Amino acid sequence: MPTDSQKKPYNVPALEFKSSTFAVPVLVLASNDLTAIDEQLQNKIQLAPDFFKNSPVVFDVQELNKQNLDIDIAELTGIIYKAGLLPIGIRGGDQQQNNKALELLIPVYSPHHSVSTEANKPETQKQSPPPAPKAASSTLLITQPVRSGQRIYASGDLIVLAQVSAGAEILAEGNVHVYNTLRGRVLAGVLGNTEARIFCSDLQAELISIAGNYKVSEDLNESIRNKPVQVYLQEHTLIIKDIA
Amino acid sequence: MARIIVVTSGKGGVGKTTTSAAIAMGLAKKGHKTAVIDFDVGLRNLDLIMGCERRVVYDFVNVINGEASLNQALIRDKHCDLLYILPASQTRDKDSLTQEGVGKILEELSKDFKYIVCDSPAGIEKGAHLAMYFADDAFVVTNPEVSSVRDSDRMLGLLSSKSRRAEQNEEPIKEYLLLSRYAPDRVKLGEMLSVDDVQEILSLHLLGVIPESKSVLNASNSGTPVILDEKSDAGQAYADIVARYLGEDKPHRFIDEKKGLFGKLFGSK
Ligand SMILES: Nc1ncnc2c1ncn2[C@@H]1O[C@H](COP(=O)(O)OP(=O)(O)OP(=O)(O)O)[C@@H](O)[C@H]1O
Ligand SMILES: [Mg+2]
Repeated sequence: MPTDSQKKPYNVPALEFKSSTFAVPVLVLASNDLTAIDEQLQNKIQLAPDFFKNSPVVFDVQELNKQNLDIDIAELTGIIYKAGLLPIGIRGGDQQQNNKALELLIPVYSPHHSVSTEANKPETQKQSPPPAPKAASSTLLITQPVRSGQRIYASGDLIVLAQVSAGAEILAEGNVHVYNTLRGRVLAGVLGNTEARIFCSDLQAELISIAGNYKVSEDLNESIRNKPVQVYLQEHTLIIKDIA
Repeated sequence: MARIIVVTSGKGGVGKTTTSAAIAMGLAKKGHKTAVIDFDVGLRNLDLIMGCERRVVYDFVNVINGEASLNQALIRDKHCDLLYILPASQTRDKDSLTQEGVGKILEELSKDFKYIVCDSPAGIEKGAHLAMYFADDAFVVTNPEVSSVRDSDRMLGLLSSKSRRAEQNEEPIKEYLLLSRYAPDRVKLGEMLSVDDVQEILSLHLLGVIPESKSVLNASNSGTPVILDEKSDAGQAYADIVARYLGEDKPHRFIDEKKGLFGKLFGSK
């Protein structure tokens, strides 16, 4: 009814700009070896294919530029697309890289943002003087059993009070605590946080991984099976320690 | 309002239909008006177990498609006036069931019945999904073997995430474990998982253990739910299960080895 709407004193706007904050994974590059990047990216994605499918990603080349390592932006975005990710920004690029990105319709972000992988908390944190304890606000608490076929993803820490069944998968960008039997797959530090740890009160996991360094059930030593343990990384090696 | 019970498992052939028939009969015999619905479109056999296969005129799919009314399709059980069966279609394919259609039928049945028992097909595909989607309670039928336990665990995951109650953030479906085809002597030989093993893996409230029993086959051959065979071990196990579900306190049976005559005489272990 066009006549009706014309009678209205004001036109209702068809759009509006609002400010919103998104948590987007950042791919921080430490090498300009495209073959290695391709291979390692594929491996990472294999760990949680569903999660990464069509996920937006910002790639960060700051470190490369510090070391004067040049990288072909077009080829790099090709690799990212091929991995099933959607690049939505470049960070820390030089003038030439930024121009190339814009040519490819990829926005340019300023490098001043925190590079930490845990920095997906609201913008306001920048201003607030005392940084809040990191885990607390972004901890996901699960009280029900995680059953076979289920998948839980936490963008911070993950605490599970019930059992995690064989065939279930739990992932966290931070630490994972399971105060029960852990039979499924558990991945901590999935975006590369090598400081992340896994704690559980009865280890029977099918796979454990921290920042992409993993062990499957078969590799687990009998001495730590069915025990309360913590798992952490030491120079790319998973250390599993009895904490009884 | 009716209470909707889904009898489900993931794995096939574990005793869902046997259980659906038995508990529906048990609830009706306890004085509750009960309907039992066969969701296994294309492979119907609830009507055989209930012994009403020769009285099927219309089926579940006919009602969904509006080709028959619910009253026309419901078959009254020959043993118990309070029990009605809604048979599945043998000829249609599985896509005939729709969420909307199933929802409507359950809503209509809810007005008139106290319990609605949904006999789920095996698997986790559409038929199984629709059978559990509207449930209030789930009877998860599991055999004491690893693959069955694993499939039950998978089904439990779906119950807690893909059901109406989960989607609408209501109180979750109440889940019960029914351990079926249990053979204590084989458990002792290490050929089967024990009750404790299964409990440990699934951590689920045990409603009852149904022993492996010849009486089940006899019952299905004669088209009478095994619960009516009051002398049989399986019949008694199902009667206990119904009683426990209704809140009675019954100690668990059929978990330990039957003592043979020798054992009885000498009290040996
Ligand atoms: N307690 C029992 N003791 C012995 N045999 C049993 C027992 N329970 C079920 N059976 C037998 O196991 C077979 C499968 O039972 P049933 O049809 O109830 O399983 P179902 O889970 O409904 O199968 P489907 O997945 O094909 O629908 C039947 O032959 C039945 O007689
Ligand atoms: Mg069946």
